[in-house]
Amino acid sequence: MEATTASGALPRTVDEIRADFPILAREINGKPLVYVDNAATSQKPASVIEAIDSYYRNSNANIHRSMHQLAAEATESYEGGRVKVASFIGATDPSEIVFVRNATEAINLVRYTWAREQIGSSDVVVLTEMEHHSNIVPWQQLCQERGAQLAYLTVDGEGKLDLDQLDAVLAGGRVRLVTVTHISNVLGTVNPVSEIARRAHEAGAKVLIDGAQAAPQIPLEVVTTEADFYAFTGHKMLGPTGIGVLWARLELLESMPPFMTGGSMIDKVESEYSTWAPPPARFEAGTPAIAEAAGLGAAVDYLSALGMRGVRSHERDLTAYALDRLADVPKLKVHGPRSADERGSLVSFEIAGVHPHDISEICNREAVCIRAGHHCAQPLMRRLGVAATARASFSVYNTRDDVDRLVEALEKTKSVFGI
Amino acid sequence: MDPLYREYIIDHYKHPRNFGELEPHDAEFHDRNPLCGDEMGVHVALDGDRVSDVRFHGSGCAISQATASIISDELKGMTVPEIAELDRNWLTEQIGIELSPTRLKCGLLSLKVVQGALLGTREWPGGAEEGEDLTPEEAAKARSEI
Repeated sequence: MEATTASGALPRTVDEIRADFPILAREINGKPLVYVDNAATSQKPASVIEAIDSYYRNSNANIHRSMHQLAAEATESYEGGRVKVASFIGATDPSEIVFVRNATEAINLVRYTWAREQIGSSDVVVLTEMEHHSNIVPWQQLCQERGAQLAYLTVDGEGKLDLDQLDAVLAGGRVRLVTVTHISNVLGTVNPVSEIARRAHEAGAKVLIDGAQAAPQIPLEVVTTEADFYAFTGHKMLGPTGIGVLWARLELLESMPPFMTGGSMIDKVESEYSTWAPPPARFEAGTPAIAEAAGLGAAVDYLSALGMRGVRSHERDLTAYALDRLADVPKLKVHGPRSADERGSLVSFEIAGVHPHDISEICNREAVCIRAGHHCAQPLMRRLGVAATARASFSVYNTRDDVDRLVEALEKTKSVFGI
Repeated sequence: MDPLYREYIIDHYKHPRNFGELEPHDAEFHDRNPLCGDEMGVHVALDGDRVSDVRFHGSGCAISQATASIISDELKGMTVPEIAELDRNWLTEQIGIELSPTRLKCGLLSLKVVQGALLGTREWPGGAEEGEDLTPEEAAKARSEI
């Protein structure tokens, strides 16, 4: 698949790229920051910060309503962000981009609109053991409400799915939705989403892809994923918090009822009833995140200028280097696929005899920011037989020096614990 | 020397005292730290209103496990009203290290389950709220040192 074959070089050196990110200049505990918690949230380039700053300094107004110059500029900031995001993910029409708060809200939007109308008693929702809670809990709630069933695809010893299991559950004839993460936030596994979508569609099911981890790191053509719904968030892809995206084909969005209701999403309002605006406005009730849309547009511009093939290539090489270095650390076990070609740019691991929170704490002493915990994936933790893992995740501004600093911090951790 | 992971903390973590189940027991409680998933259960045997024996069980970070081990011997012989009075300050004296706001609940989890078992309380012990007895400047300094 595309993620595994992407090649390309970055047009600028990583040192030049690092200089674009103000926060990378700071120190923690007197040591230069090593930020390898990008799967939680990425840092922001100056261009994103400046886009938000400039919006508030120069163009702040409410969109779509007022007739004055500032309102026109604000509308351009917001809708311009939509056009950039559409282009970035290969959508055919900017109206297919619905701005929401985050990937969680994108998934909940589908749960409360399309799914509530289309999924009924004894229907089946298929998901996987490697989903983030944001792609589990909404479907538990839906199934409880509608009397439907959840079916989990299991994860094998190398962190991969077995599509024979998908075929078996599809053969039951009651599957209405298959919802799956594009890249696991714990294992790093890149799932074969196009193949999953093809099989699901043959069985008459719709497909939702959680792209929260994928959108920041692989060249993405939502149309070629063959998904019906694709959800992702801005803050993991160099953009601000508070804005995310639901993509769906226009005809599907047009068939769906509203999510939240109120201002901006109506066609007309009578005393007793209302009619709805067409998508995407139908799903964007109230004053939206205008500055954040401008910031996300700037983030997309930044990634596009680097080229996502180059971003993927850099992060793949860094992940391969990290896998090599971590393999040489005694008592350390890495979860997920062995090859960087089958992975996103993150590595989850454990050290026998040290709780992941203690790993994280000692890494922090060395100014190395990693994540430790269940990563909002408790069903997967149970499958892996662990309470928590430690996780390092890379972005385009990370270097082999960062990986070396991580490994040094892990050696120090082992030393403190006498391992 | 590491400010948090003192040798005796690591020793209590690796070789926890009074760890396991206690049968029979007169009171028990089990809880989790929802922030990190650490689990801690306790069995308590009473002689009147005095603790005669205690066992902790669970899994979690070095701080939560070592704290349970360290306080386990101290709890023996205490009365239920005495245990009701125990708070963050008492715990800090026992373990001999200052816990940053992010690690405070790791340390307090064992005291929470003991109070839960003996008093039926579901609240965190006194002083659990992040930096509640700190000035804003102290709290900011504590956070920067995490």
